[in-house]
Amino acid sequence: MNGWQMLFYKEILRFWKVGFQTVAAPVITAILYMMIFGHVLEGRVQVYDSVSYTAFLLPGLVMMSVLQNAFANSSSSLIQSKVMGNLVFLQLTPLSHRAWFVAYVGSSVVRGMAVGAGVMLVTWWFARPPFAEPLWILVFGFMGAALLGGLGLIAGLWAEKFDQMAAFQNFVIMPMTFLSGVFYSIHSLPEIWQRVSHLNPFFYMIDGFRYGFFGVSDVSPWLSLVLVGGALAVVSAIGLHLLRTGYKTRH
Amino acid sequence: MPAVSFQNISKTYATPKGELQALRSVSFDIEQGEFFGLLGPNGAGKTTLISVLAGLAKATGGIARVHGHDVQTDYQAARRALGVVPQELVFDPFFTVREALRFQSGYFGIQKNGAWIDELLHSLGLTDKASANMRQLSGGMKRRVLVALALVHKPQVIVLDEPTAGVDVELRQTLWQFVSQLNKQGSTVLLTTHYLEEAEALCGRLALLNRGEVVALDRTSQLLKRAASNILRFKTDDILPTELATQARITGRVVQLPANDALAVEKILTQVRESGATVDDIEIRKADLEDVFLELIHGSNAAQSAKMAQGSAA
Repeated sequence: MNGWQMLFYKEILRFWKVGFQTVAAPVITAILYMMIFGHVLEGRVQVYDSVSYTAFLLPGLVMMSVLQNAFANSSSSLIQSKVMGNLVFLQLTPLSHRAWFVAYVGSSVVRGMAVGAGVMLVTWWFARPPFAEPLWILVFGFMGAALLGGLGLIAGLWAEKFDQMAAFQNFVIMPMTFLSGVFYSIHSLPEIWQRVSHLNPFFYMIDGFRYGFFGVSDVSPWLSLVLVGGALAVVSAIGLHLLRTGYKTRH
Repeated sequence: MPAVSFQNISKTYATPKGELQALRSVSFDIEQGEFFGLLGPNGAGKTTLISVLAGLAKATGGIARVHGHDVQTDYQAARRALGVVPQELVFDPFFTVREALRFQSGYFGIQKNGAWIDELLHSLGLTDKASANMRQLSGGMKRRVLVALALVHKPQVIVLDEPTAGVDVELRQTLWQFVSQLNKQGSTVLLTTHYLEEAEALCGRLALLNRGEVVALDRTSQLLKRAASNILRFKTDDILPTELATQARITGRVVQLPANDALAVEKILTQVRESGATVDDIEIRKADLEDVFLELIHGSNAAQSAKMAQGSAA
């Protein structure tokens, strides 16, 4: 194993050792959403023709779980290591900033995808959307997880205390996910809010992901791909820069 | 090629109260195979200097090298040659001792490090704790793990930052035996400590840091010769005359004063008697490192204050 492979492996082992909290808990949360919103809104919300609301909801919930857990992974690992002080063990090694980036973001992708697969598996019982374009599902799942893993890395480097991290999560990540069209198609919104939704990068991740299931979406999946890819490139560049310059970690 | 080289290292921190100059143009080399001591009072800049060497902090000016490798531009080679035992008792609560050691080896790109890890565990008395979670270990045991973690990649230069602070006698003995053995096998050791007896016993050469400056750098034996060679030691319950009190090293009832010859001893005792104080348990002993240390620190503080007073006058 190379240095980065060992760090990647360690980061996976880290969340896996507390898998009940990091994988099982988010799956349970998703089931609750599915049961409650599916029950209340089924038949009342009209989305795409011939798609039941519960089936429509499923990909949104899967993607939401992927995104939130990818973010939680890198951000909580870094903030814990910083607060505990054990980040110093990594800082004393010859690992390059690229190695750090690949290991932290990579393990976040693994956790995001693992939780996503878990949610998909258990919600299978509620609804079975057609897998129209499976490749798009994988591409958007991967890119979304990587983007949020990268954001988690930035937040983890920036935050000095747990409450700063909680603020980032509650005031940025949560609203952007909830307002991205997880629970509704943005076509059901007044026009002004449709436009606002188009400014939310999370919208394109979920819309593109949903396209993979139904073959229909609010905007073209290619547009989503370009925008999500662009956001991923920007976040990666920032994350790599912060690691290279030792932002808040090497005084 | 020196094992460690500091060239004009300066470090300034921005604090809410203004700039803090932690290091002022520190320069010295440590040769390969040396057992080198870095001493100084709290806040002198010892840990900052080590952080610069380890790449945990960036120097504001100057170059630090480990075995010729610049710690900034050639950091990978520099860090491979360096093993640092941090001062803080830090640990990763998710893993066991063996896992932590295996990961640390992996970060250095070392595979199949089992034999060396076993040897480290054995030498540090950790063998029966190998599969214990880091959380379950006592402070002393955690300290041992820190030492093991610093040595997984067999560094040529070992840096110990206050390794015996708050550590029991047994661990101190184990640790010094092990580190001395590594030193005899060719490793360079850089030690910071508050226990001057340890530094006197272990280190061949010493640097004394005060307020970010090197105020003394010499062989331990030479440094010991520098100070007044004899110390007058007595006990008293009374207050000493100010003139004596400022030079004295006072520990509770015990007062120690530099006194080179019989005349000096007589003079001190006269002063004490005239002040009306009564003394007992009088003895004369050889000066140790602590005496030298105090003398040098007082001298350098006085010189710095004088310099600053001059600066503000100009």
